Amino acid sequence: MLRIDAAGVHYRHLNEQIRETVRAGETVLVLDNVNGQRYIGTGLESDQVRITIHGVPGNDLAAFMSGPAITVWGNAQDGVSNTMNSGTVVVHGGAGDVLGYGMRGGKLFIRGDVGYRVGIHMKEYKDLVPVLMVGGRAGAFFGEYMAGGRLILLGLDRPAGSPLTGDYLGTGMHGGVIYLRGRPEEHTLGREVKMFDLDEVDWAFLNPLLDEFCRYYDRDPGRLRAAEFRKLVPVSHRPYGLLYTP
Amino acid sequence: MRNYLPPEYIVHIDQDRCRRCGECVRTCAFGTLRFEHGAWRQAMSVFQHGRDDLERVFDRIRDNVPDRVAADNKKCVQCHYCVAHCPEGAISIQPNPLAYRGNHHWEPHHLKNIWLQAETGGMVLTGSGNDKAYFSYFDHMVLDACQVTNPSIDPLREPMELRTYLGSLPDALEFESGPEGPVLKTRLAPSVRLDTPLVFPAMSYGAISLNAQKALAKAAVSCGILMNTGEGGMHEDLYPYAHRMVVQVASGRFGVNPGYLRRGAVVEIKIGQGAKPGIGGHLPGEKVDEGVSQTRMIPVGSDALSPAPHHDIYSIEDLSQLIFALKEATEYTKPVSVKIAAVHNVAAIASGIARAGADIITIDGFRGGTGATPLAIRDHVGIPIEMALAAVDDRLRREGIRNRVSLVASGGIRHSGDVAKAIALGADAVAIGTAALIAMGCRLCQKCYTGNCNWGIATQKPELTARLDPDRAAENLANLIRGWSLELKEILGALGLNSVESLRGSRLRLRGVGLSDADLQVLGIRNAGVGA
Amino acid sequence: MREGMVRIPSGCAISGIISTKGIRFNGEAINRSIACMHERSNGLGGGFVAYGIYPEYRDLYALHLMYETPQARGETEEYLHKHFTVHQAELIPTGNATGIGEAPALWRYFVRPERKETENGPVRDNDDYVTASVMTINSRIHGAFVFSSGRNMGVFKGVGYPEDIARFFRLEEYEGYMWVAHGRFPTNTPGWWGGAHPLGVLDWSVVHNGEVSSYGINKRYLEMFAYRLELQTDTEVIAYLFDLLHRRHGVPLDLVCRTLTAPFWKDIDRGDEREREVYTALRRVYGSAMLNGPFSVIVAFNGTMIGLNDRIKLRPMVCGRKDHFTLMGSEESALREVAGDLDEVWHIRAGERFIARLEEGVTV
Repeated sequence: MLRIDAAGVHYRHLNEQIRETVRAGETVLVLDNVNGQRYIGTGLESDQVRITIHGVPGNDLAAFMSGPAITVWGNAQDGVSNTMNSGTVVVHGGAGDVLGYGMRGGKLFIRGDVGYRVGIHMKEYKDLVPVLMVGGRAGAFFGEYMAGGRLILLGLDRPAGSPLTGDYLGTGMHGGVIYLRGRPEEHTLGREVKMFDLDEVDWAFLNPLLDEFCRYYDRDPGRLRAAEFRKLVPVSHRPYGLLYTP
Repeated sequence: MRNYLPPEYIVHIDQDRCRRCGECVRTCAFGTLRFEHGAWRQAMSVFQHGRDDLERVFDRIRDNVPDRVAADNKKCVQCHYCVAHCPEGAISIQPNPLAYRGNHHWEPHHLKNIWLQAETGGMVLTGSGNDKAYFSYFDHMVLDACQVTNPSIDPLREPMELRTYLGSLPDALEFESGPEGPVLKTRLAPSVRLDTPLVFPAMSYGAISLNAQKALAKAAVSCGILMNTGEGGMHEDLYPYAHRMVVQVASGRFGVNPGYLRRGAVVEIKIGQGAKPGIGGHLPGEKVDEGVSQTRMIPVGSDALSPAPHHDIYSIEDLSQLIFALKEATEYTKPVSVKIAAVHNVAAIASGIARAGADIITIDGFRGGTGATPLAIRDHVGIPIEMALAAVDDRLRREGIRNRVSLVASGGIRHSGDVAKAIALGADAVAIGTAALIAMGCRLCQKCYTGNCNWGIATQKPELTARLDPDRAAENLANLIRGWSLELKEILGALGLNSVESLRGSRLRLRGVGLSDADLQVLGIRNAGVGA
Repeated sequence: MREGMVRIPSGCAISGIISTKGIRFNGEAINRSIACMHERSNGLGGGFVAYGIYPEYRDLYALHLMYETPQARGETEEYLHKHFTVHQAELIPTGNATGIGEAPALWRYFVRPERKETENGPVRDNDDYVTASVMTINSRIHGAFVFSSGRNMGVFKGVGYPEDIARFFRLEEYEGYMWVAHGRFPTNTPGWWGGAHPLGVLDWSVVHNGEVSSYGINKRYLEMFAYRLELQTDTEVIAYLFDLLHRRHGVPLDLVCRTLTAPFWKDIDRGDEREREVYTALRRVYGSAMLNGPFSVIVAFNGTMIGLNDRIKLRPMVCGRKDHFTLMGSEESALREVAGDLDEVWHIRAGERFIARLEEGVTV
């Protein structure tokens, strides 16, 4: 295991050190006093590497990442798991805007609330199915352009009367599934989605993920499942077929 | 309404020369041509009358009442595939001479589009680049040549250098002394070398066929230049050419993973393109076949939507964030390019991009091509590359940051003269997309978005893509690059220069003919007749 | 019409002599040398630069100026007194010479900079301060023009054949260790003394033969670094390129020469790794500084004389040595005129340079 004190270290040096350490065969890294350093885990390729971050990592955490597991003890900022390929990111706190943009594989767990445009343009291909799971609430444009993968929004611990998501939920969605614990207001739904109840296939997929979430954040899976779940799926995988005059 | 639209073209079959081989009927992907079974129709019409009549008809068939090739003129897009492939040269295509009530304001194409939209309520789609009669600045600039006071140079026998590098440069170099002589102390940013200042710009697999991409890749390798994946990822078949490829990261992030980023020579962030500034992309699901699906990493048959902006870039500092995310992901080993469309404030934008850490800026003028775009955007948004390039080069110089980025200019470059003029205005290299497609057979029918490209270029239909032989097309492309390079050398020689960097940004070697003072000022050139 | 309003292509004769031992000699030799190539000039410009001529003022900047009007002198002197301590102000001695039209007023000043910043902000050192002041005078004060602004050196030039100019300025009365001369063949008749050559900045001076075909981009490149090219001549461009690359960027002198007359890629590719790296970087970073087209050039500054030839040898340049003298010129005859029995004579090859320096330990 290697511990790095990141206090005052520029991201370029920090990430260079991480890459060199990984190249040298080290698999477990702990970063202390992280505060705003961007691109941690960005472009990193390895299925063995585990990085623990204490503090607030900067933007584009785990962008283009392929394989590693990152745990953040603190909040995360914008752009976590941007275009991420595979691996796992677990944030013990909330996170900002545009999480999981264009994400094509791996998992991102956020304990608390997330900002705007989360999970937009996630896509899946064969066995690469990205999962982005949020414990709290989400801002508007959740799952915009979504082309594949699974977005799961639990809305836990929210004050009474506080909405699960903002407007334009799943707008432009043409692939994948959004699971919601709770019922969004009809007017917040994008035009391209329809809401359904969960079937057995959904539960078979969702159950292990809920268990995983509860393991990370020490919650009771039974109580989690006790609420109403709904899913959003696209009306068409070709939402704009009639937009053009041939 | 559509039924009342007059055809744009009239296909004429010379029935005397036609030998009914059926080549054109089989090959037209737009279904324009068919056999008109004259005898059979006659047979059907008389069938009701009785068996005797029928026998009489069969007699006639035996007597060789020939079928004839007929055209549904409305379907013809004037792509010339049938014309070029008719063994008898029996096909000709004319614009429909049908006269419209003369009107300088309401031209026939305006009427046609209104009728179309009145029927469908959709946006009018088109392909290729802006074809409207906007003023061409290239055609109103002329190059200099040496006479007496300094000599022209003979490029065929004396050295003539076109080698060009793309990448960021420092303002100054530092050296330290070594035992053998001075040693370079400054570490240069990563760059890519071009044997001639030309590149093939982004054209994605999806917009064009894999065979077309293969041809571009092969030609890029053989000519020592670059091709560009476009935003559709890189197909495995192209891996052997990856060292001569720009890998593009667009808003849809299709096919983007760490391996993709590392494989290429340059990583390009696509912000916009000249044919559709500010507009996202939309590859319809029917073009997403197995190969495209694999390369873009999306399921077969699903739409591939590219958002209008990158949703991680809402501001210039966000661009910087993505630039450095890509540099981190490639460990600072590749130059990062940013491609933008030429728009009004392009100079300030380019300056911001240079300061955001880009190594290369590609500026695409409003004549730039596309596989599909709303006509309203293609023909009315953006500015000419000549103006944009001049403004950007000027601004970067005035701010003293011209060395920080290489400039690649594109958007309607038609010949080596345009290339030389663009370089004199300040381009490091010039990207040629439409010209490259034409070299592979494209006739500029502008129907790329239909996926019916008869020439096998802008289509994914196997029976059509098979028509483009990648080796043959690569040879055509390489020949074009060679021809233009030779001409470029002749131009440099006439200018008395033996290296392309001496022309780069040398506006004194250009003169305007028939331009306004405002034009001359933006272009930074003098009028013809005004001496040095 | 005068220099600076238009670009005037010229052909030329150039010649230079340096005593590498720093021994001073009067202006007769250089005059004989340049006069020998009379046919290469057309009487529309001749000039000289002499180094080591003001040893008593060697720490002061010597400004050689021409004035077309008394007002120009008034304004300039006001400017000088405001920005410099003027230790000496005097008319440059002249004599009668045939073939020379009306001369402007010619003055010289020995000055010391008094400030550390110009109107455009702080400067690095005295050299930058003087450079900025010279550019201000040349561009702002109508009718005034600075011929030269270095220490222990001065430029003497005007409209006429060089041999007439030499007599006019009584160059036989000066003693320097290095002299460079220029006879001009401009394509038209500007008739302006400031436009004659040599041109330079600080103690850098340049004479050259030929027309640089890359002028347009060289000029735009220099403008990026705040140089104002008032005269639109190649000579000015070359002087400023040396100033930028060597003085401001610290590129070694030899590499500056190799930048202006860059080696061809095919030759760079054949070099070892160090050379490839050095020359590739030079060509890439300073591509806009490369001089393309025909030229032979003599560049001089305190203690050094450099002969430089273009990349494919489109202009002539001969070098010779006699004892401690190194001579350069457009024709061998110009060298032989001064020293008939040269120890050694050679032609500078394409893209090559010859650098003659004062010997180690010599002070002037």
